[in-house]
Amino acid sequence: MQLALFLIFGALAVAGALNLLFQRHPINSALSLVVVMMSLAVLYWSLGAEFLAAAQVIVYSGAIMVLFVFVIMLLNAGEEEHTNGSRAAYTVGMPGAAAIFCLLSFVFLSEGGALKTSNIGGDLGNGVDNIAAVSAMLFTKQLLPFEVTSILILVAILGAVVLARKEQ
Amino acid sequence: MVPTSYYLILAAMLFSIGIAAFLIKRNVITIFISIELMLNAVNLTFVAFAHMWHQVSGQIFVFFVMVVAAAEAAVGLAIIISIFRTRQTLNVDEIDLMKL
Repeated sequence: MQLALFLIFGALAVAGALNLLFQRHPINSALSLVVVMMSLAVLYWSLGAEFLAAAQVIVYSGAIMVLFVFVIMLLNAGEEEHTNGSRAAYTVGMPGAAAIFCLLSFVFLSEGGALKTSNIGGDLGNGVDNIAAVSAMLFTKQLLPFEVTSILILVAILGAVVLARKEQ
Repeated sequence: MVPTSYYLILAAMLFSIGIAAFLIKRNVITIFISIELMLNAVNLTFVAFAHMWHQVSGQIFVFFVMVVAAAEAAVGLAIIISIFRTRQTLNVDEIDLMKL
């Protein structure tokens, strides 16, 4: 069951990411990123992180991607054109990314014996469900970082307003 | 039953595609989108390890990464809008004022 979920949604995520890479129009890239994020939300759910699956759908594919699509529409971004820089990036970027992937997967596969297998659903133990565990941690041990992030959001809002404002 | 290394390899795949898109794309918005893809790939490794160790700390970390990504997206897109307003282009080859 979990293997089937992993294979279907992992393949969907990789297909979405490759589509992001090969599409020329920014709006197509943004919409394929939504596909990647939705399939990652399913994978989070299968790994027992129900709260993060919901937050992924609401925050990432809801709020952040709407912001991206809004800016793409606002700036009327067209298809990107090939330049000398992009040709150089193709010759360097593709082998570099492939080398990083090969290195990472070599490490993961050779150390695979030390990594365990995972069963579907949340099993944090003691019959505590995922959201209870996350919120207990977030509002006791991690209370200060949690409050600091709200200040970070406030600063980001002010910065966005100041930066995007029309010059007088 | 899925080995944790499968999740890590999927995350590595998404991260490498993100790196390739970051290097190849010439549109500043698409470059920003590929940064989000890399952040998502790292989040997947955090959740996989949190599940493997039966610890909730990894999920807390992903929560903070999401918050920072939201703030970063807001500020970054505001910067892109103000760059477009002054230079009338989204091509990174033409936004080179700080290059030597």
